[in-house]
Amino acid sequence: MFNKDRWKEILEVLTSNVWRTVFTAFGVCWGIFILIVLLAAGKGLENGIKKDFGDIATNTMFMWTRSTTKAYEGLPKGRSFEFRTSDVQAIQDNVPNLRFISPRNQLSGFRSGGNNVVRGIRTGSYNIYGDYPEIINQDPMTVTSGRFINYNDINEKRKVAVIGRGVKSDLYEKGEEVLGTYIKVQGVNFMVIGTYKKNSNDGDGEEAQKEIFVPFTSFSQAFNRGEEVGWMAITAHDGHSISVLKEDIVNEMKKRHKVHPEDKRAIGYFDLYEQYNRVESLFGALKAVAYIVGIMVLLSGIIGVSNIMLIVVKERTKEIGIRRALGESPWSIKLQILMESIFLTIISGMAGIILGSLVIYGINSLLDSVGPVDMFLNPSVSVGVVSGALMILMISGLLAGFIPANSAIRVRPIEALRTE
Amino acid sequence: MIEIKDLHKSYRMGSNSLHVLKGINFSAKAGELVAIMGSSGSGKSTLLNILGMLDGADSGEYVLDGVPIKDLTETKAAQYRNKFLGFIFQSFNLINYKSALENVALPLYYQKVGRKERQEKALNYLERVGLKEWATHLPSELSGGQKQRVAIARAMAAEPKVLLADEPTGALDSKTSYEVMDLIQKINDEGNTILVVTHEEDIAHMCKRIVHLKDGVIVEDKKVNQVRAEQYV
Repeated sequence: MFNKDRWKEILEVLTSNVWRTVFTAFGVCWGIFILIVLLAAGKGLENGIKKDFGDIATNTMFMWTRSTTKAYEGLPKGRSFEFRTSDVQAIQDNVPNLRFISPRNQLSGFRSGGNNVVRGIRTGSYNIYGDYPEIINQDPMTVTSGRFINYNDINEKRKVAVIGRGVKSDLYEKGEEVLGTYIKVQGVNFMVIGTYKKNSNDGDGEEAQKEIFVPFTSFSQAFNRGEEVGWMAITAHDGHSISVLKEDIVNEMKKRHKVHPEDKRAIGYFDLYEQYNRVESLFGALKAVAYIVGIMVLLSGIIGVSNIMLIVVKERTKEIGIRRALGESPWSIKLQILMESIFLTIISGMAGIILGSLVIYGINSLLDSVGPVDMFLNPSVSVGVVSGALMILMISGLLAGFIPANSAIRVRPIEALRTE
Repeated sequence: MIEIKDLHKSYRMGSNSLHVLKGINFSAKAGELVAIMGSSGSGKSTLLNILGMLDGADSGEYVLDGVPIKDLTETKAAQYRNKFLGFIFQSFNLINYKSALENVALPLYYQKVGRKERQEKALNYLERVGLKEWATHLPSELSGGQKQRVAIARAMAAEPKVLLADEPTGALDSKTSYEVMDLIQKINDEGNTILVVTHEEDIAHMCKRIVHLKDGVIVEDKKVNQVRAEQYV
């Protein structure tokens, strides 16, 4: 089946009218090119958006309090309330399958004006967070020197701080030793025990590097928060959707704080997982559109191949007649036409794939040279997609050759020989 | 070798039916060289096509070398053609993008003969028709007589039981015609059975037996003294 003579013949036929072959090939080449580029562009957009999620554990929700909008159990509406540290334990006890529940407190500084951190003659305004050690799993960061907060810091209410790269460059000389030095946060001295950097690419990139983390307990003590909890970051175990669990969590909080069960506004939350899923399904749809458009364009190329193969068969009617008179079986002729069709489709498809890859490569190196572009990163297609495309090509080549191959053997040899 | 009994064939043309062969009885023994003559429309080409399994008969019997030829599928017909028959056409019917050697090797390829053996055999047959030096040439680079000789080599390459020649000299001048007939006679001398369709008297007389067809029936079937083509070459 795949012997030398057959290949020789395929090449002879396809090169006998080079320009016709090239123009035919172009249709398929263009289709697969469009498919590859569309998929890569979609992937680039996806990469860009997903990068904005950074390394944050996506199965996470954030929850905070607002004022009530319904009177309940003798309490008026418009009442303000705060989460308490005991709420954390309550959630832990009553809602299963949660991985981390991190209570947080915060002093806002960044972009809010007044400087809240002082070191010597240098000042700056930063977000200061009171946190538990688990937060590093929910809002991942890389500790570049020293260490992160641990439970000894929490238990002993040590006034220690982990500062961001941005804070370090603001408050310290280049090359100056950071660890062990003190910074004054709203009049309270904290010892710097570590520095971090975050992998985030979005508009908050600068802000993300200008944060200061201190132990939750020492934060509460230093800034008079008592048992208050500003907000919580809650992550579910893998395999359990936080979107499902959040109902239980919010209900538990409503119960503990005497909020009307139907008060939808008293507890605010942000479900990162839901957002993430929404983005995921958006890209799923985008991918589907890319496939549909690409395959449609490819289809017109394939019809072109089929057309040309029909013409080729017509032109070779007499030759086919001769060959059948000499004793070539109809199957062999059919196979020959099919293989010509598949070969032409695959070769032109490969050209399209190569062309597409070159364009993607070009865009990537352009992106590299001009620096990161918002919401677009590293457009690419996977090997899976490429082999999928080849698969599609193979099948479409087969389909394209099918009608011509059948018409080739439908002509009786005697009629074929009569054609002049 | 060939046995035909009461062969009928008609073509339908629209609502009319054209009865071309009206009961042909004919037999040929191994080693015969038979000319089939007749004016156009006498049915001689139809007969040859049926003999060549390119066309089927409506009724009647056809036995080739002891094998009844009936109700063949296309695949089976192709196999039989390859095994039993060699064709020589008026318009040569060489495949124009293949060299002389490749053309000759083609029937062997369909017999699934290995590449090397195929080349050797084909070259051998080309040598027998005197065209060994032209092996790599394309048909377009050959003269009419040379093309027909390549076609003869091709017809013989598969070592068929019967060679069928449809107006083998129809497209050639008389000198080349005689050369081709000389070749056909020599092949016949080696014991091959050959049927030649022609309407030229002199070509017919170079065969050993002449069958006259008229309006779909055999009107005359006679042995003749063979005129050797050599003397004209």
